[in-house]
Amino acid sequence: MNELNLTVSSSPHIRAKHSTASIMQNVIIALLPALAVAGYVFGVWALALVAICIIASVVTEAVIQKLLKKPVTINDWSAVVTGVLLAFNLPVNAPWWIAVIGSVFAIAIVKHCFGGLGQNFINPALAARAFLLASWPGHMTSTAYIPLSDTVTTATPLALLKAGDLANMPSTFDLFTGINITGCIGEVSALALLLGGLYLIYKGIISWRIPIIYIVTVGIFALLVGQDPVVHIFSGGLMLGAFFMATDYASSPVTVRGQIAFAVGCGLLTMIIRLYGGYPEGVSYAILLMNVATPLIERFTRERVYGVSKKKKEVKA
Amino acid sequence: MVMKFKHITFKGGIHPPYRKESTAEVPLGFGVKPDTVTLPMSLHIGAQCTPIVKKGDQVFLGQRIGEPNGFVSVPVHASVSGKVMVVEERPHPNGDRVMAVVIESDGSDTVDPSIKPYGSLEAMNADAIKKMVLNAGIVGLGGATFPTHVKLTVPPDKKVDCVILNGAECEPYLTADHHLMLAYPEKVVMGLKIAMKAVGVQKGFIGVEDNKADAIEALVKAIGNDNSMEVYSLVTKYPQGAEKQLITAVTGREVPSGGLPADAGVVVLNVGTAAQIAESMATGMPLYKRLLTCTGDAIKNPRTLEIRIGVALQSVIDQCGGVTKDPGKVIMGGPMMGIAQFTTDVPVIKATSGILCITKETAEIAHPSNCIRCGKCVTVCPISLQPLYLAQYSQRNKWEKCEAINAMDCIECGSCSYICPAKIMLVSSIRVAKREIIAQRRKGN
Repeated sequence: MNELNLTVSSSPHIRAKHSTASIMQNVIIALLPALAVAGYVFGVWALALVAICIIASVVTEAVIQKLLKKPVTINDWSAVVTGVLLAFNLPVNAPWWIAVIGSVFAIAIVKHCFGGLGQNFINPALAARAFLLASWPGHMTSTAYIPLSDTVTTATPLALLKAGDLANMPSTFDLFTGINITGCIGEVSALALLLGGLYLIYKGIISWRIPIIYIVTVGIFALLVGQDPVVHIFSGGLMLGAFFMATDYASSPVTVRGQIAFAVGCGLLTMIIRLYGGYPEGVSYAILLMNVATPLIERFTRERVYGVSKKKKEVKA
Repeated sequence: MVMKFKHITFKGGIHPPYRKESTAEVPLGFGVKPDTVTLPMSLHIGAQCTPIVKKGDQVFLGQRIGEPNGFVSVPVHASVSGKVMVVEERPHPNGDRVMAVVIESDGSDTVDPSIKPYGSLEAMNADAIKKMVLNAGIVGLGGATFPTHVKLTVPPDKKVDCVILNGAECEPYLTADHHLMLAYPEKVVMGLKIAMKAVGVQKGFIGVEDNKADAIEALVKAIGNDNSMEVYSLVTKYPQGAEKQLITAVTGREVPSGGLPADAGVVVLNVGTAAQIAESMATGMPLYKRLLTCTGDAIKNPRTLEIRIGVALQSVIDQCGGVTKDPGKVIMGGPMMGIAQFTTDVPVIKATSGILCITKETAEIAHPSNCIRCGKCVTVCPISLQPLYLAQYSQRNKWEKCEAINAMDCIECGSCSYICPAKIMLVSSIRVAKREIIAQRRKGN
């Protein structure tokens, strides 16, 4: 007999190093380039809005978990990600209370009313954006956009496209870098978002399927209706939506074929809303609609289980 | 000469840190002669044996001391010569207490006089081989310890066309099979030939992960010009050595759900099992020792050793220099599927492919948090299950739902639990569901 104090637990006895927190931290790292561009294009207030959203989100999460007598999990960084993403979906002229109300709505209603992390059936930041847009359209639409080179509000590229005002359309280079573009805080620079998105794919945090298929679907749709795919791909919230919103784990399918269907659906809905809907921009509603369809998509795209096959594949041997 | 180096694998899987270097590069060791051995009457999967010796009896090395019960059972043999100290219930590495024969060695290792070599392969027919395998107490040495004579007995309604030897050794840390293939490649190849004859097939394969290039080379050399056998180089990925994944990698076939390898036309044996078959045929000796890897970051001199069945884990640990610091966990087997022990006072059994001693820090696993639906468990599952939903249903006792989404097809490799960033005990929940489903099926019958 010996005096060893041994832990007995069920296998496996080793685990991968990553954690929920490390994944969330990587998402934040991936959002930093876009944050830098936001600060450069829109100035300090844009960064202040991001800070307000982060603080409001984290505080809301902590308060709710305290009230519900659940363990407080703000150190998993997920509320920070929601805060940044919500801020990225606000126009720079949004007042501070819009940021606060949006954050509280995202965390309290969309996330915790449905069971907290991983249980929200739609993307909290996008749902909050939709809520704000419906409640305070004046604070949330084009009148609130101010680009760097100007102090007067101007229309977003997609609004120009919608209005047929191609003369004032920014150059492709500007669209790609986001330097002279107007729009929500985090959506203007396709380049910065692409960098962040590729980082997430490289790190294995998101699969390439949803963002790439989403973007390609938008491009093909634009080509088919005779519009410039480059404008559609690089403008509006497509890059932000495709890499950071549509890939939200909780509200997108876990199956391979499901992710493909989800991405194609997002692409089609985005273009249908952009071209035929009342709004110039369709990304957020497209993703929200597909979020709602996710459980259904998953049910129909379950993978064939090993050995449970069509009889054909069995061995005759 | 056939030496096909197909680079083949299966869908899903993980790449845990392998940590095999510390024992792969140390020469194979041989355990000291034990003073006492504890031989549980359950060294295999299947019915327990009945002890046929009693306190005070003198036994020879290799003498039968436990009589098998039923077809899926093999005899237990003495792994030393000496005196039976006691026959009583003792702790078993699987967590139970099992009737065991404790023998004090007389140090002479006097072999049972009835043991004689079986002679040449040509002289034996399939039935004689199976009988030899049964009498030698041979079971699957990969860790499952399923009686080998049962595997070699293919039901008449199944058509099997090949035998595959499993030399993948995909469990991290373990190098027992690696050392075996390097030290005794001819025994492995001979064992394959014997198994092929017993099953009555013309084709044999050996699948080895490509991180053991030297073992592949040794086996190819040992096969020589024999066209009936091929070595396949497999992608190094866990669980490449899982039976179904190996079969699919080598033959492209799938074992049907709920079926056996024979349903895919295959019999699979571990390379260690094959080597033991060859050894038993050549010497007549039963399975009384095996190779195992004693390793982990709490072990002073990690290495792979030949150890007799029945030696206490603590004795093996001592032969490897003991533990450097307080080990947090002692595991029989590998880190992915091994069984955590509550004491080191249990014997090495036929399933003991490794003894893993890891420090408290390495053993520590964070508390599970909410599932974030990242889908990584779905991606890595080699069976294409959805562990996140299986675990959710299991935690809510929804066994029918678990069954409906194929819980019974889970091979319990643990890849899902390994990869989960929320540290959810996915495979444990699925195991619970499987047990419940089996219990309910029994009730239904």
